Amino acid sequence: MPAGTGGSSIFLALDGAWFLIGDDLMSELDRAACTVPLGLSAKAFAEAAGTRLALAELVPPGALNLRGDLADHGFVSKACAVLGCELPRAPNSVQSAGELTVLWLGPDEWLVLTAPGGEISLAERLEEALLETHVAVTDVSGNRAHLRLKGAAAREVLAKGCPLDLHPRMFKPGSCAQTVLARTSMLLHLLDDAPTFDLFPRRSFAPYVVAWLVDAMRDHEGVFLNAA
Amino acid sequence: MKQPFRTAQGGRIDRSRPVFFTFNGRQYAGHAGDTLASALLANGVHLVGRSFKYHRPRGILSAGCEEPSALVQLEKGGLTEPNMRAPVVELYDDLAATSQNAWPSVEHDIGAVNGLLSKLFVAGFYYKTFMSPKSFWMKVYEPFIRRAAGLGKAPTEGDLDIYDKMHAHCDVLVVGGGPAGLAAARAAAASGARVILIDEQNELGGALLSADELIDGNPALDWVAGIQAELLANPEVRILTRTTVTGYYDHNYLIAAQRRTDHLPRRAAGKTARQRLWKIRAARVVLATGAHERPLVFADNDRPGVMLAAAARTYANRYGALVGKKVVVFTNNDSAYEAAFDLKIAGAAIPAIVDLRPEAGQGLLERARNLGIPVIAQGAIVGVKGTKRVAGALVMRLAEAGEAFADTQPAELECDAIAMSGGWSPAVHLFSQSQGKLRFDDAKACFVPDVAAQHQASVGACNGSFELGACLAEGLDAGAAAAEAAGFPATAKLVAPVAQSRAFGTIKQTWVVPSLRPVGHGKAKHFIDFQNDVTAADVALAHREGYKHVEHLKRYTTMGMATDQGKTSNVNALGYLSTMLGTSIPEIGTTTFRAPYTPVTFGTLAGRDVGHLADPERHTPIHAWHVARGALFEDVGQWKRAWYYPRPGETMEAAVSRECRAVRESVGVLDASTLGKIDVQGQDAVTFLNLLYTSAFSKLEIGKARYALLCKEDGMVMDDGIVARVGPSRFYLTTTTGGAAKVLDWMEDYLQTEWPHLKVYLTSITEQWTVAQVAGPKARAVLEKLTDTKLDKESFPFMAVKDATVAGLKARIFRVSFTGELSFEVAVPAHQGKQLWEAIFAAGDEFGITPFGTEAMHVLRAEKGFIIVGQETDATVTPQDLGMGGMVSRLKPDFVGKRAYTRADTARVDRKQLVGLLTDEPQTVLPEGAQLVEVSDDPALTKGGTSPLPAPVPMIGHVTSSYWSPTLGRSIALALVKGGSARHGQVIMAPLTTGAVRCTITGPVFYDAEGKRANG
Repeated sequence: MPAGTGGSSIFLALDGAWFLIGDDLMSELDRAACTVPLGLSAKAFAEAAGTRLALAELVPPGALNLRGDLADHGFVSKACAVLGCELPRAPNSVQSAGELTVLWLGPDEWLVLTAPGGEISLAERLEEALLETHVAVTDVSGNRAHLRLKGAAAREVLAKGCPLDLHPRMFKPGSCAQTVLARTSMLLHLLDDAPTFDLFPRRSFAPYVVAWLVDAMRDHEGVFLNAA
Repeated sequence: MKQPFRTAQGGRIDRSRPVFFTFNGRQYAGHAGDTLASALLANGVHLVGRSFKYHRPRGILSAGCEEPSALVQLEKGGLTEPNMRAPVVELYDDLAATSQNAWPSVEHDIGAVNGLLSKLFVAGFYYKTFMSPKSFWMKVYEPFIRRAAGLGKAPTEGDLDIYDKMHAHCDVLVVGGGPAGLAAARAAAASGARVILIDEQNELGGALLSADELIDGNPALDWVAGIQAELLANPEVRILTRTTVTGYYDHNYLIAAQRRTDHLPRRAAGKTARQRLWKIRAARVVLATGAHERPLVFADNDRPGVMLAAAARTYANRYGALVGKKVVVFTNNDSAYEAAFDLKIAGAAIPAIVDLRPEAGQGLLERARNLGIPVIAQGAIVGVKGTKRVAGALVMRLAEAGEAFADTQPAELECDAIAMSGGWSPAVHLFSQSQGKLRFDDAKACFVPDVAAQHQASVGACNGSFELGACLAEGLDAGAAAAEAAGFPATAKLVAPVAQSRAFGTIKQTWVVPSLRPVGHGKAKHFIDFQNDVTAADVALAHREGYKHVEHLKRYTTMGMATDQGKTSNVNALGYLSTMLGTSIPEIGTTTFRAPYTPVTFGTLAGRDVGHLADPERHTPIHAWHVARGALFEDVGQWKRAWYYPRPGETMEAAVSRECRAVRESVGVLDASTLGKIDVQGQDAVTFLNLLYTSAFSKLEIGKARYALLCKEDGMVMDDGIVARVGPSRFYLTTTTGGAAKVLDWMEDYLQTEWPHLKVYLTSITEQWTVAQVAGPKARAVLEKLTDTKLDKESFPFMAVKDATVAGLKARIFRVSFTGELSFEVAVPAHQGKQLWEAIFAAGDEFGITPFGTEAMHVLRAEKGFIIVGQETDATVTPQDLGMGGMVSRLKPDFVGKRAYTRADTARVDRKQLVGLLTDEPQTVLPEGAQLVEVSDDPALTKGGTSPLPAPVPMIGHVTSSYWSPTLGRSIALALVKGGSARHGQVIMAPLTTGAVRCTITGPVFYDAEGKRANG
């Protein structure tokens, strides 16, 4: 059983799969927030994945669902001022600033992702700034799990259960989409050309989606980085 | 091992690699690159199976997917597959195949007696033979038909292989990798478009693999190799061989089945998928699906050794297998001459080419003469010698016109095979599936695409363009045009390759070849549909009986209804029918082409949606804890809900009773996370909710909740839940577990279509919250250990809602009760749910805190008479029927369903109304769903059983819920009974098969009717 360390993380190889057995970046609380026993940080994921096809559940980010009217200039300017980030206007596009990521979900709906725990104060600041505006700020940090799939074969793996065209010409880094994967509703976000996909299934579906993805990676010798 | 019919050289087989296989238990050798059919032919095996109805000996008819005769059972046990077409089964080491529909063996088949009884099996035999007596149907006829129908044996063991699915998108999909398809793919790919090229064979080339044509002066296969290399080097091109496009649906959505490992030696349960289902969306489609040769319909044309001429040519040229040493060729067109020439060159003797036409195409007679092949013009094969293998052909010359003969006696030509060609049918199946319209080309005697219904083009032989030059030119043009239409204009026009093109020539439309005795007379049979054993006599009989529409003819004779879907037979049947009707083929039309083009395994359709992946499962954040506590689970929608938690050795009844007692006497906890939850925000939130729910919320204070009903437009209860006001213009709604998605969609629908002016936003928060329902007299004591928020009756009254810190977590507490006990529902963000849960159990330890599941919850709520939507309601029940008329506002000007309550029907006094039922015998638990009737002493009702049947009695209601109540120590039930609310105290009965159960109607609340406990 070879063991190794990668930066802040400790790995164990077992039956051809790598298991993360420690990640000093995270608190116990963070890890318990995942649907599997050991969630990873993004940094630990990057170190563990390397160039292989890799899947992991990450600690879910803080998440706010934001509804508002783009035609209302007051809403847009106040919201952007608090977020420090533009609201994406193009369908299925994403804007990022610092540790904030804003995903377009609809003409009047966005998902704002921030560091775990950061959602509470962010929600308060948004609500305060938008007090007299017709908006809805809803904490949805618990609504979804956060999976990350990276590797050259990632598109092929997703294509086994996702009807959306994920070809690089059609779905570029910085794109997001609400679609279906493995017959469950899925929010996809493509981060880079590796390609690295962030998958946000509804939390209750996460164990099924992980089992489905692990199965779908079989042809590509993909690894699931969380301990089972 | 010797392969007596193997040619000396040539073909695309690897003669250095022998492949051993067994057929009917006997070992044979073939070569890598063989199909099962070509390897059998190389070994001189023609008798492959027995036919469907008559158990006639059958051989190999074709060299492709259209094969109707050579169907075999492959392998055994968990790997077995029936009805495999030998010409498309690639040979692999240790392949094991057996004949079908033959017992005890294909050589000596007892079922062949059916051939002697063939008068029983004429057209419509299903409808004639199996009619009477009626009592024979179940015991005699149906088992007979079931055994006779379907040739192979269905597997009895689980499938050891795995299968999967793949979605794909492209700008241009090219179906078919022959010359036309390759040209199209090349032109499309050159533009930069994303191209998928699909071919059903193991290698690209299509018909070129069987021929010896030249392209640009070089062997055609060099050209194929060049294109293939070019396409493989293009990252935007995907080539799928061994893949059949089986379905063509709306908006250029096509389904293909890929055989990934079928050509490899079988191993148990491989890691990779054996077959894959492709779901393809294409901007443009180019169909280059080729054509199928048609048999000629003549006397005993089904004898093993009679096969299609192009197939015989394929076996010789591509596989190096001769179909016979002496092959008579029989044709109505020019194409079979090529077969005759190639067979002769490959080493077979050709006793004659028998041509139905007076004259062959230009130059053919000269080539025949040079090769020493006699040609009998205006000749016909009128009979076949031999039963299990062709031994000779009886040939006569035809008179100038009609069905008369110019000879008086047939001449016998000794031969061991007959290669026939009745013309060509373009493979228009996918074109037709896509709703394209066909036209009949009389000169070529075939249906060709006419008007396309989708963004597609047909090129090459499937378009009726049989000449190689035309195939290449059409393909190139269509590929470039498709790419351009998809947004990829060609950068440079590709020059069509030059190919030697032979004109199609003429064809004689002889649909049934004249024979010594007329069709239907004598022993000879003229087969049209080889797989379903439909003869010309059957078509003639159907016509005589009045079946003149082609769709009627098809169903009456079963012509074209076998798994080959009549690829080789439909046009011959239409042609023959048109002859009898005296009309033209276009007037008759075709039958409908349906998917799948060729059979697809169930495994491919199921893919990975089997076993633990069969259906998505939803788990709450507490799931692992429930599992660790030994919970059994109940499916509620896709959710797995903890049902009850049996201790070792404990029965369900004992466990549920224990859980109920814990809640009534101390404290229990239910995982209520699955309930649907909706966040409602906006200045018009109250208006919106007032329009949706039956009750009014204008006066609902912040920090208070109310139980509420949602009804449909017809006034019937649709869902129920809690409406909690958590801010001036913010509400938290709950729905039933199963109704969550439906209710949110329904609300969004109203908001967006009926009341778009309302300033309201709805957000699903079902998954945001983990909810622990802490219920029982000690619930307050447990939670007081975890929060500083005052929980006493005055500070936190019944139906109050407060934000609080519980176990250090930001929580929201609802004081609501579904059990009738003092109860707090504590909600925290889902990812902190497990912490909350464990903290509650640690705090409750001293009180013997007990997890309870959905079954105990159902019992507890039934004791209180609380309804469950979908159990007490069935979309025909109003709030008034449930005794909840008080929750229907009389003051609100409008809400969904309001109008329904002014209808006479909803005001009827004899509507079914919710009541309680107490059985006279307290130990008896009524079955849920039991019908209720008035008390009667008719022994047929009271004694149970089914005989004698009682006279019909009015049913006055039914049991909706029924349990053993541990709290009351007796059974209880809820029921819907006609006029029930006015019948409390009256006795009715439930007539069961075990005897009638008398019960008394009561109010639906059995326990703590004043509600003191929940309020305490």
